Amino acid sequence: MSVTLRLPTVLARAAGGKTVHEASGATVGEVVADLAARHPELGTRLRDAKGDPYPYVIFYLDDEDIRFAKGFATPVADGAEIVVVPAIAGG
Amino acid sequence: MSSPAAAAPRAPAAGAEPSGPRPLPLRCRLCGAPADAAPVATCERCLGPLEPAYDPARRLPSRAEIEGRPRSIWRYAEWLPLLGPPEVSLDTGFTPLLDAPALARALGVRRALVKNDAVSHPTLSFKDRVVAVALNAARGFRLDTVGCASTGNLANAVAAHAARAGLAAWIFVPEDLEIGKIVGTAVYGPRLVRVRGTYDDVNRLCAQVADRFGWGLVNLNLRGYYAEGSKTMAHEIAEQLGWRLPDAVVAPMAGGSLLTKLDKGFREFRDAGLVDGTLPRLYGAQAAGCSPIVRLVERGGDAIEPVVPRTIARSIAIGNPADGRFAARAIRATGGGAAAVEDEELVAGIRLLAETTGVFTETAGGVTVAAALKLARAGTLRPSDELVVCITGNGLKTVEAVRPSLPEAPVIAAKLREVAALVSCGA
Repeated sequence: MSVTLRLPTVLARAAGGKTVHEASGATVGEVVADLAARHPELGTRLRDAKGDPYPYVIFYLDDEDIRFAKGFATPVADGAEIVVVPAIAGG
Repeated sequence: MSSPAAAAPRAPAAGAEPSGPRPLPLRCRLCGAPADAAPVATCERCLGPLEPAYDPARRLPSRAEIEGRPRSIWRYAEWLPLLGPPEVSLDTGFTPLLDAPALARALGVRRALVKNDAVSHPTLSFKDRVVAVALNAARGFRLDTVGCASTGNLANAVAAHAARAGLAAWIFVPEDLEIGKIVGTAVYGPRLVRVRGTYDDVNRLCAQVADRFGWGLVNLNLRGYYAEGSKTMAHEIAEQLGWRLPDAVVAPMAGGSLLTKLDKGFREFRDAGLVDGTLPRLYGAQAAGCSPIVRLVERGGDAIEPVVPRTIARSIAIGNPADGRFAARAIRATGGGAAAVEDEELVAGIRLLAETTGVFTETAGGVTVAAALKLARAGTLRPSDELVVCITGNGLKTVEAVRPSLPEAPVIAAKLREVAALVSCGA
């Protein structure tokens, strides 16, 4: 599956200076792994030591928080969009 | 109401080039990495929250010096994240700390006091405190447009303070907000946008908006500065008690920032030698239909499990609280607790506060009072306690929440005998 992944500006430096990336995978976790393979520094800000979602970011798959689905195991459809937002916001 | 489609950020008025105080540099609360002063809330290294880096060697004022200053949040300027005097929102803060003996009897505590931000200037909620700080920071950064994601009170405050400061404002709220909060925002002339979805949807959108447009969204990219304004509620409580700390404080929790900053504010005054003694036990209140922080306190651990809010307490209906883990830590560190209450209980809480103190609060205040009652009945609050109840918003903003619970007023002709009939039947 080809997916668009949008990063916040604060992560752009760790991702080759870009906030919009194309990546592939059958699940959110696989898409993140694909991007992390190309940008290892970014990977440490998207996944924790156990490979779970990093606690200070939130992943939205087509505007839905993946914590309400299956987390990194949430399947993605071709053409889907994943948005990464810092968890420290709002309120 | 304005449509957002044709809007463009307004430049500051000609000849009114914003100057403003200089915001402090920042430091990551998690990893300690320093960051330049900027409208950025997230650490580039670890994505933790950025906080202002105060100079530990700065000169701090004495009690007498503070007492000689104007009655506003700015009397505590040394603990606010700006260098130089503020330029806007000078009258915010120093709300009453009201002795409430009848409420104390109802709760079964030795003494109860109401910190009454229902009469905060200018928009009748504690959000005036945080927005006053954020708007001065925005002027310091030469921003011409500010905004927020809001459940209502913040929308009111940003719209009003921006109008005063001559800044354009873009304000995003959930579509189904109470009419009082919609009107109480739109009247100040901001670009008000109603978003289909919950506050958490609005918040996600605004995180992207802040990234895209370079505006100063007070609770997103200005959050490190904004949140510090909440500390002044703790500062005022300590000063208004005669430079003492209470035994316990109960406050509502939405994003969790207020409770976290109350803890910080009390610690700051103790560290400065302005008060001594044990830090107050902090208690957090949420509606049962949106209680992720209460659940975290009860469950233990450090990870919030987000929820979809289902409560009439819309002003605190944040299912994914950004500071939830920090609020839970403050509660545990002070030996406090947390409680969630049903919507019927919060309505009863609104009425209990009104009938015992003469203070009319909105739904969040009803949650706070009802939670205090629940904690007292459970024995968590002690009979010997001096308790401060933080009332953060005004009931006139959410009349629809309490109206169905109130008796219908009889309608009579202007005749004395009709009054006599009411008196005789005890109506």
